[in-house]
Amino acid sequence: MAAITENDGLMRAADGTPLKQALARATRMNKARAFLLTTPLLAFILVTFILPIGMMLFRSIEAPEVSEAFPKTVAILEQWDGVGQPSEEIYASLAAEMADPENRFKLGKAGTRLNYIESGFRSLMNKTVRRIKRVDAGPYKEAFIKIDKRWGETDTWKIIRLAGDPYTYRAYLNALDLTQAPDGNIVAQPEIKQIYVTLFERTIFVSIGVTIACIALAYPISYLLATLPSGTSNLLMIFVLLPFWTSLLVRTTSWIVLLQTNGVINDILVSLGIVGTDDRIQMIYNMTGTFIAMTHILLPFMVLPLYSVMKTIPRDHMRAARSLGANPAIAFGRIYLPQTIPGVGAGSILVFILAIGYYITPALVGGQDGQLISNIIEYHMKKSLNWSLAAALGGILLAGVLALYWLYNRIVGISNMKLG
Amino acid sequence: MSAIKPSRLLIAGLAAIGLTTAAQAADTITVVSWGGAYTNSQVKAYHEPWIAKTGNKINSEDYNGGLAEVRAQVEAGNVTWDLVDVELADAVRGCDEGILEPMPLGELPAGTDGTAAKDDFIAGTLHECAVGQIVWSTVYSYDTTKVATKPTTIADFFDLKKIPGKRGLRKTAKVNLEWALMADGVAADKVYEVLATPAGIDRAFAKLDTIKNDVVWWEAGAQPPQLLADGEVVMTSAYNGRLFNAIVNEKKPFDIVWDGQVWDIDLWVMPKGSKNKAAAMDFVKFATDTERLADQANYISYGPVRKSSFAKVAPAMQPHMPTAPVNFKNPLQNDFGFWADYGDELNERFNAWLAG
Repeated sequence: MAAITENDGLMRAADGTPLKQALARATRMNKARAFLLTTPLLAFILVTFILPIGMMLFRSIEAPEVSEAFPKTVAILEQWDGVGQPSEEIYASLAAEMADPENRFKLGKAGTRLNYIESGFRSLMNKTVRRIKRVDAGPYKEAFIKIDKRWGETDTWKIIRLAGDPYTYRAYLNALDLTQAPDGNIVAQPEIKQIYVTLFERTIFVSIGVTIACIALAYPISYLLATLPSGTSNLLMIFVLLPFWTSLLVRTTSWIVLLQTNGVINDILVSLGIVGTDDRIQMIYNMTGTFIAMTHILLPFMVLPLYSVMKTIPRDHMRAARSLGANPAIAFGRIYLPQTIPGVGAGSILVFILAIGYYITPALVGGQDGQLISNIIEYHMKKSLNWSLAAALGGILLAGVLALYWLYNRIVGISNMKLG
Repeated sequence: MSAIKPSRLLIAGLAAIGLTTAAQAADTITVVSWGGAYTNSQVKAYHEPWIAKTGNKINSEDYNGGLAEVRAQVEAGNVTWDLVDVELADAVRGCDEGILEPMPLGELPAGTDGTAAKDDFIAGTLHECAVGQIVWSTVYSYDTTKVATKPTTIADFFDLKKIPGKRGLRKTAKVNLEWALMADGVAADKVYEVLATPAGIDRAFAKLDTIKNDVVWWEAGAQPPQLLADGEVVMTSAYNGRLFNAIVNEKKPFDIVWDGQVWDIDLWVMPKGSKNKAAAMDFVKFATDTERLADQANYISYGPVRKSSFAKVAPAMQPHMPTAPVNFKNPLQNDFGFWADYGDELNERFNAWLAG
């Protein structure tokens, strides 16, 4: 529309509104329309992704069980000086809350929570609950100590006071092989119980190793795919994609068949006389198995972005470099390699992030030293039911991935990434 | 934008509601168990007769043990499982945490010999929130074609000189620590007493250390017979029913060592808030009567928990039962109270020991 100039000097649209305003409105409308179109996706991501993750992470700091079961006792314990045995009032209050029928199902949860801090607390609670109901009148202190002498110990009450706080960062301490002593000080776990830091380190180490192995294997394959005539390269592409489309479980189990002690590879080696029948190579149920299977499964995630980047690099570049006097190594290093970096970056970040959360493959072929952090998260989710600790471990893993992503963005730049 | 008329939507919606109500006329309950040969035995002995009798349907699902799914369903207020087959420790813990429905123990039918249910069930197999069904056992088995000397005791499992080669063990502290102590000379009735002391725990781990480099760890019950069949291990711990299936049905050359067997029970529990409570309770009462429990033992070698069922188990199955006198010479009952208390700590140490 042609704008009309009026005597105030402003550019105006056909309907007389100033052009600047009209333009702003039009952009706003467009933005709103674009936003409306993405709303379903946004809502979907929010409801099925962000919200559950947020709720799960919240569990890592939430510990309401003890304060829900014993609200009064916890309140009085707050005032306690933490020296010697607490007063009769506290014992009486705990006895009343243990005997309260309303509390029947809260006690078990409280016992579980206390047991995370000190093993044996669950049975101490159960035993005491059963017996204290039969005690009608005080003094309760003597009654408690008669049931179990631990009720006379200062640490027992300090632990209850500690657990009485409905919010805690104890799960994060545990996830870093630390623990909180009854007096609240943070100390290292005894060495025989330290595991999580080792597993985090191992997970990162394995993921880096798998990423490097994937780059080394995928680079020549992708180069071949990108340079061969399309007929041959399409056929080769199917060999890459076929395993990619096969179920993860099937591929992992195939590796078991291949690698196990009486498996295909060992049988071939033995029949060729390379290894003796009695010293077959242990290639599975250890780190080797985890590494081989993970590299194979994640390889397509490296091949595909690399291939798509290499496909766009004109072959003339290399020819030009050669004709200008560069030897093949220099031509590759200075001309070809830098142009493939976006593909390497995209592939690496995909492979690394997938590798860091891997758990089915290590669980099946990892044996004892091939377990990764996800396996222990799964253990706490499904077996020990310590969801706080599982959430804390997951939270640390998530923070680690986000930090790496940030670092990648700073060094390579996310806009440089080509996914295909 | 007028491809779908509102009235059509309404009709479709009403039709959908109509369909669901029609489907609910006969109850469908979801029964969850451990899969494989074990679930098959339950389908034959419990599910099929119950479906034939009541006209209801059963949706049978598999899981891998533990309370994670039950707790998630109860906390989310969306309970889709009606009955779950669990181990005793999980039944007790779930009940304490209030995620299981109380069971109407008084309504369980009396035994066929007239004994009231509470006396007919073996002591400890009825619980506030759970009704027992079977006695099962963790034993170890070896491939008779692969060993020069046959193992006979639990100590032999830890004896690398007598029987060299890889061994399979379940990747958890339970049973392994008990076996380590028994192999180290602790009597079965003293095992948990010793294991409750720090020195006892160290002793158990020290014994496990002696075979650590020769162990293949398994997780699912179907794995150990497969490891044994593949020649990946010369002997392995396993559930006796899985071994029965491999030996009798699949004719594998395995033999079971019953010495030091650790026995436990499996029970029915109902997640709190089950939507088909009445039908599911009816199933529990039906499936745990004398006849059904005895029939179940015809398909897999897990023993019934009712005394009145013992005599009704087919004679051919008797020698395969964990409770058969010839097998029950040096048994240890899994102590759920001990594991409820020390399970977290011992598994933590076990996992650290494994990873170290």
